[in-house]
Amino acid sequence: MGTQMTELDTDQERVAPTPEREGDTVRMNMIQAINSAMDVMMARDPDVIVMGEDVGFFGGVFRATAGLQKKYGKTRVFDTPITETGIIGVAIGMGAYGLRPVPEIQFADYIYPGLDQLVSEAARLRYRSAGEFTAPLTVRSPFGGGIFGGQTHSQSPEGIFTHVSGLKTVVPATPYDAKGLLIAAIEDNDPVIFFEPKRIYNGPFDGHWDKPAKNWSGHPGGEVPTGYYRIPLGKANIVRAGEALTILAYGTMVHVCRAVVEEAGVDAEIIDLRTLLPLDIDTIEESVRKTGRCMIVHEATKTSGFGAELSALVQERCFYSLEAPIERVTGFDTPYPHSLEWAYFPGPVRIGEAIKKIMKDA
Amino acid sequence: MASETRANLKPLSLHVPEPKFRPGDEVDFADVEVPPAGAARRPDTADRADSFTELAYTLVRVLDDDGKAVGPWDPKLSPEVLRRMLRAMALTRAYDERMFRAQRQGKTSFYMKCTGEEAVAVAAAFALDRDDMCFPSYRQQGLLIARDWDLVDMMNQVYSNKGDRLEGKQLPIMYSTKEGSFFSISGNLATQYPQAVGWAMASASKGDTRIAATWCGEGSTAEGDFHSACTFASVYRAPVILNVVNNQWAISSFSGFAGAEATTFAARAIGYGIAGLRVDGNDALAVYAATQWAAERARTNQGATLIEHFTYRAEGHSTSDDPSQYRSAQEYGAWPLGDPIVRLKQHLIGLREWDEERQAAMDKELAEKVRAAQKEAEKNGILGHGLHQPLDTLFEGVYEEMPWHLREQQRQMLAEEQASGRPWARK
Repeated sequence: MGTQMTELDTDQERVAPTPEREGDTVRMNMIQAINSAMDVMMARDPDVIVMGEDVGFFGGVFRATAGLQKKYGKTRVFDTPITETGIIGVAIGMGAYGLRPVPEIQFADYIYPGLDQLVSEAARLRYRSAGEFTAPLTVRSPFGGGIFGGQTHSQSPEGIFTHVSGLKTVVPATPYDAKGLLIAAIEDNDPVIFFEPKRIYNGPFDGHWDKPAKNWSGHPGGEVPTGYYRIPLGKANIVRAGEALTILAYGTMVHVCRAVVEEAGVDAEIIDLRTLLPLDIDTIEESVRKTGRCMIVHEATKTSGFGAELSALVQERCFYSLEAPIERVTGFDTPYPHSLEWAYFPGPVRIGEAIKKIMKDA
Repeated sequence: MASETRANLKPLSLHVPEPKFRPGDEVDFADVEVPPAGAARRPDTADRADSFTELAYTLVRVLDDDGKAVGPWDPKLSPEVLRRMLRAMALTRAYDERMFRAQRQGKTSFYMKCTGEEAVAVAAAFALDRDDMCFPSYRQQGLLIARDWDLVDMMNQVYSNKGDRLEGKQLPIMYSTKEGSFFSISGNLATQYPQAVGWAMASASKGDTRIAATWCGEGSTAEGDFHSACTFASVYRAPVILNVVNNQWAISSFSGFAGAEATTFAARAIGYGIAGLRVDGNDALAVYAATQWAAERARTNQGATLIEHFTYRAEGHSTSDDPSQYRSAQEYGAWPLGDPIVRLKQHLIGLREWDEERQAAMDKELAEKVRAAQKEAEKNGILGHGLHQPLDTLFEGVYEEMPWHLREQQRQMLAEEQASGRPWARK
């Protein structure tokens, strides 16, 4: 348990990297990469501002905004009262003024008080004002479990947001992607929900919670340019090419799936969706047509989860290529448990069983 | 079932508020405290918010019963400005009458009047600068009218017709115009409150000179958004005016369900440490003076002011409401603060700057102006009669760029319409 809790340990040294020349590449963990994205954007655009609970002087409970207030001042990086309704609502007003706010919601589990402002306001403003007012905000929020955070620090509510017309939802899986996607999100003129899988802030996770945690130093996704670059929203990433099976995943589960596939020796093609909405349907379709099998893995609860949408889309578009029923591997439809976290988590065992099932008649 | 009560304790009882008068009841507002005009002091705009908390419990009033302007809050406006204000209020009422009737004639789906509350929006608009940003609720059409916004443009929106600047995408009366410094109205209550505070914070952080103002009803002060906004406004001393239009009724719920039995709405300001004023909302001069005072505070970095406008919703909540079902029809007639238009008119007549003949001529002229505007607007169509926007615009403006799934649905809809043989789908 001790190794898991370090994710919440704010005393750890996680200093933001000092950008060197444009184009230089340094090793970063995901927090540093996210910090670097905001730093780069704040330097480029005086309208970018960062706000949220504890994000100012302290630099955020996960240190994602460390050093930004010192560098850009208190009117551009500031702490807020503890009201997510207020944080999102105020950010919308700032966006209407012409700023480009990047509010942080400390944990995705806390985002619900801000839901009305996101769903009825941010998401609908462009449409209802026929484009005169927009809400170009990027709401950053750590999400997902695997850190013994219990039911209020572990949830994956992405399916709530993908259901809302007018919002975009992004989930990065590596430091490199996190920075490039966050820059694209900040530059986007529509509201973007940017969920950061906190289990992999410090390193990729193979799903074996009882083994020592890895850091990003051995992973190519930990090589991050110090300067500006963007990864367009709506482009998936094939992290492992394969012929036997297509696995659709995002965030932490990309790494878990990869480890399971390697261990099982299955020639699976793993697609990291990166952006859930807009979705890269072409990459998905092409892969499933090739492999004939599709498995969807997410940590969120199953019923009405984003996997249901993916499953429907694949069925609608690739039905005649499918050689086995689509498999969904997800968290259970329970609150996120504390002590039984690893029984809830869709880890190597559940994914392994699903692979056996979907490959049965291969 | 409750547990067995303990014999030595009195049983608890739940208080559920009940308005004083229901349909058929004789109305007597004797217990509504109306302090004399001119009695409230006017603090310096640089004074600390906690040094004049009594102003949250009284009523700032300028016009006395004879229509004279008295006391320290008299804004001493020129007769010319007073006449323009009167005209904007009368035009707002004429516009409401016309559009209400248009809804009853089936020309649109929905309408909301602000009858009896014209001073709240119109006088505020006169006290604000033209480019101060307004975040209204759905009953401040007077802001646009006071800013001389084109009536035809407003009606086009009400009709969702070809000329509708919102392309038929929003419910009637939910106006929006950046040029008019009038934020897109939401149907969800009080959401505009934190947005106004955010806009004001942005203005301050950029060293701008513009301020923001927002309005909500007394009923929606119960929303979390209201309290989040007050906290933010207090914490960052945001240059914003927070208006609570206490018109006594939120659809059928009287103000007691928002806490009015316990305290005033202006008193909400005290807990947040922001300036609070309670104002006679049917007194255009008091509304003007309070807004001007609050604007001065905002512009000099003294922070936010919460103004409760004590008024009465003379008509139904909307065209979908029938107030005779839940309140006494006598209420408006008995309302102790009168009619805001009549009161300003009397004031001008008292100044010998106006008379009944001119009023009658103006009313006639405004009715004609509204009728002409309606005719013009209806040339662009009325709701439900014909296709006013190209079908494919349904999918535009959800995102800046249309993602594939919307494109796909757009193609599907166009194909369906084509197949349906409906006349509008034909080329």
